[in-house]
Amino acid sequence: MRNYEMIFIVRPDVADDEVQKLITQMEGVVASAGGKVEKVEKMGRRRLAYRVHKQREGFYVLFYVQGTGDTVKEFERRLKVTDTVIKHLTVCTDEILQRAEKFKALRAKQEAKRRRSKPAPPPAAPPAPAESAQV
Amino acid sequence: MPGPKEGPPSSERPARREGPGGGGRKQYFRRRKVCKFCSEKIDIIDYKDVRMVSEFVAERGKILPRRLTGTCSTHQRALSEAIKRARNIALLPFAAGG
Repeated sequence: MRNYEMIFIVRPDVADDEVQKLITQMEGVVASAGGKVEKVEKMGRRRLAYRVHKQREGFYVLFYVQGTGDTVKEFERRLKVTDTVIKHLTVCTDEILQRAEKFKALRAKQEAKRRRSKPAPPPAAPPAPAESAQV
Repeated sequence: MPGPKEGPPSSERPARREGPGGGGRKQYFRRRKVCKFCSEKIDIIDYKDVRMVSEFVAERGKILPRRLTGTCSTHQRALSEAIKRARNIALLPFAAGG
């Protein structure tokens, strides 16, 4: 199982309750394809940066999903078939989250090291304030 | 323009030859550019956060180079990925204006 972030854009002329219907439908798709919906977020109506299917606006919907490749495949297939969806994007967030964890761990380590090397410096001037641009 | 804070190229590289014109070597102080993501401790560069990502995009939609924004190489790589994703889902333009 991996973490995915699926975002899709619904045509702006679709009514709100129909968007809601589509969302519940897609939740069903995820469940039947062996996935789990973590969170659904309606990002709302936004201006598109460029025209897509002659539309200048779109309703963004974001799904956080846990699942396998088959889940993604089925999800994307359904989006492609649905006429009201004009664009979609799937991102696997595993590596991004991992990298974020790594950064956090690294920072914690550095912080600890700094604290150990000079135990609680008094409010004096810090040593070597930052080199000037001059070399 | 959103991104660049300083204009002319960096003077802190000694390898650089003296520019054309020679003569009076101008020395101007330059604030040391720092990576925004390092200094603000932003671990995830989110493509959905248009306001943040669009800071690093030029007027016409091009990705700004590191030399202008001061982003470190790790974050520039992540940033360019984020910008490309944002373009894909119509949050940012591939080419704006014109």
